[in-house]
This record gives sequence, structure tokens and C-alpha cells, in this order.
Amino acid sequence: MLILDKDNFQENVLDANGFVLVDYWSDGCEPCKALMPDVEELAAEYDGKVVFSKLNTMKARRLAISQRVLGLPTIILYKDGEKVGEVTKDDATREGIKNMIEAHI
Amino acid sequence: MSKLYDVIIIGAGPAGLAAGLYAARAKMSALIIEKDRNGGQIVTTDEVANYPGGVKDETGPSLVARMVEQVEEFGAERVKATVLDVNLNEDIKVVKCEEAEYQAKAVIIATGASPRKMNCPGEKELTGKGVSYCATCDADFFTDFEVFAIGGGDTAVEEAMFLTKFARKVTLVHRRDELRAAKSIQEKAFKNEKIDFIWNSEIAEIKGDGMVESIVIKNRETGELTEHMAHEDDGTFGVFVFVGYIPQTSLFTDKIELDQTGYILTDADMKTNVEGVFGAGDVRQKSLRQVVTAVADGAIAAVQAEKYIDNKFGH
Repeated sequence: MLILDKDNFQENVLDANGFVLVDYWSDGCEPCKALMPDVEELAAEYDGKVVFSKLNTMKARRLAISQRVLGLPTIILYKDGEKVGEVTKDDATREGIKNMIEAHI
Repeated sequence: MSKLYDVIIIGAGPAGLAAGLYAARAKMSALIIEKDRNGGQIVTTDEVANYPGGVKDETGPSLVARMVEQVEEFGAERVKATVLDVNLNEDIKVVKCEEAEYQAKAVIIATGASPRKMNCPGEKELTGKGVSYCATCDADFFTDFEVFAIGGGDTAVEEAMFLTKFARKVTLVHRRDELRAAKSIQEKAFKNEKIDFIWNSEIAEIKGDGMVESIVIKNRETGELTEHMAHEDDGTFGVFVFVGYIPQTSLFTDKIELDQTGYILTDADMKTNVEGVFGAGDVRQKSLRQVVTAVADGAIAAVQAEKYIDNKFGH
């Protein structure tokens, strides 16, 4: 999975073409860490169709807030730089993420 | 069908892990099924000060990590899967997950509990957008902002104190005029300059467009409604909800006896009303829900399961 930070976010997500999925997580977020293996599996499954990436919000708080992320875990699907789908908290499960992707690709 | 386990343990929180440990040490073939994260609720707790024998600066994750290591050392199997259905009536119990079906002579239900919601307007819509049930997950977003913590028990007060490490102000809103939390924790909270208290109140509504912008607080005695808006410079604030837990037993309604609130009824040996089925941890009806009581339940359940299997199935 592509590792994002506040310096490469614009280029890799907002200016990108096609589908980019961003997994917002942080060191203190245990549910995020538990979800990570599922996201990595989905990344492999959708290889070539969706670019999977993750952003550690601990070092990019303002960026996360600018994307309207105020709670973790939050997974957002972007298409050509625009948000087209989002799942957060209880809805951020393997199934929830997969359904979101399937609804848009 | 896959192999026949001696015992299947549903849930890998402290109760499930302890059951797995004791089952494995008794040389039973044990499978622990967990749908989410090892350690259950305690892993979202930053500080665990009251686990007897815990190490200094213990956190939920650090305690659970040691439990998991121990369980692995003694060889209980673990699988990440979601249980969709169970058949507990026959001698051989069946546990159905999405990817596979498992069979066992005994089942220990250790599914724990999940945070209770307030069920006020706006809460669901703004979950993850300022409304949170997990301080360790989201406190960081509100660094230097203000936050509200709702509740009056141990969790609410402890989490409020954790939040003061990030937020510039924490306002604790409680339905009653005194806290239910342990006295020592209350004392610390009252001394903490960053914590304010609003008594006899509850949240009537949470408002905002795409993120929390205001909350309406209702005084339960006077009926008065007060709207608290986000500070102009902040634009938002956090609403952390700590109003209790609900047992995760929807899978077991009509299969084993539950109490009115959905907790599993067991005797002192962790036995439910169905033979070969045991309960352990927060999911049981009990007076104290802590890691220490959960692990005790797990150990008892595993030992009782072994006794049951010996009697029922012979050696």
C-alpha cells in the first residue's frame, strides 16, 4: 500500500486520475490496526483497479481535518481527486469497504 | 466438515484469551474465533492501573499483547472470522462462519460488549465526524480544541482525564448530580483544572453539517435546553460518549437464556442453561465488569468445559 504524508497527498490523491482509496489511521487507534490486514488483502484484490494508500493522521492532523476526517478508522474512496465514498467507525469493516468500492468501480 | 475441537471460544478479549490459555494447558484442542481485534474493549484504553500484578505504565494493548503471547505459547488455535450462526442443541456444537464451519464438544461464549449509544438525533450521522466512542482513537484530532465527555462512570471519568492530555478543555456531562466512578478517580478528576462538569443533564441533539458544530444540552430537572456552539476559531469540537455497554448476544437470543438486557445467565461455574455451553467475561450478567473478572471467568469456563467433556464423552 502506498504510504501518504502531508507532502505527497496532493499529488497522489487530489491530483490523481482514477480511483484512490485512503485508509486514515493512527498509532493510537487500535481498531485501525486491527482493520489493516483486511485492507491490505483488499489492496491485493483490487490491484490495478484502485490504488490503495494509507495516511497516519498523527503527523497529518490538519490534512485529515481538511478532508473532513474527525474520527478513526475512516476509509475514503476518491475518484479523480473527488470523494465518492466514505466509511467510518462501525461501517469500516472489510465488507463495508468492499461494498463501497463495488458501488463505484 | 473440519476437525472436531474440544472447545470453541467465541471472542478473543481477556475472557476468551484466558479460556484459551487454560484449555490449551489442559491439553484440550481449542479454537478461539475473533471477528475484530484481539483484546476486545480494553485495547482502546490507554492506561490500565488496576489490573492486579500489572506492570508499571500498563496500557490496554500492552496487557493484551502479553496475554496473546501466552496463549500462542501454549498452542490454542486462533482464527479471524465472524460467527454468523450457532447450533448449540446437539452434543456436537456447530459454529458457522462465513468461510468455514467449526465443530466442538463445548462452546465458551466470550463475545463481550460494545459501547452503548445515546440514541439522540444527530449522533449516528455525526459518528466519526466529531462523535466518538473511542478516546484513544480520536483524541488527537481535538488537540487544543474543546471536547465534551458524556457519562458518569469509571470509563467516562478516566477517558475525560485522558482527553485532557489533548483538548484544551473537557466538559463532562452527566445525567445525575454525582459521579458513579470510583472515589480515587473522582478525586483526580475534580482536581484537574481542565475538566468542567455539567450535572443532571443529557445531550438532546448533536448538530452540524458534515461535522459536529453544536450540541443541545438538556437539564433533566428543569427541562431547560442550552445550545453549545463550536468556538469560532475551532469550527468543531469532540463529543465522546461513554454511557455504558451492551452485550453482544444477538446471535444467541432463543438459543440460551439471557436476562432482560441481553446478558448471558450463568451459574458460578459459568454454565448456561444449555449443556456444554458456557459464558465468560463482560457478556455475562454480573456485578463487576473488569479485565480481572473476565479472565477469572475464562479460566473457570475452560476448566468446567473440560470436566463436562470428560463426563459426557469419556476419555
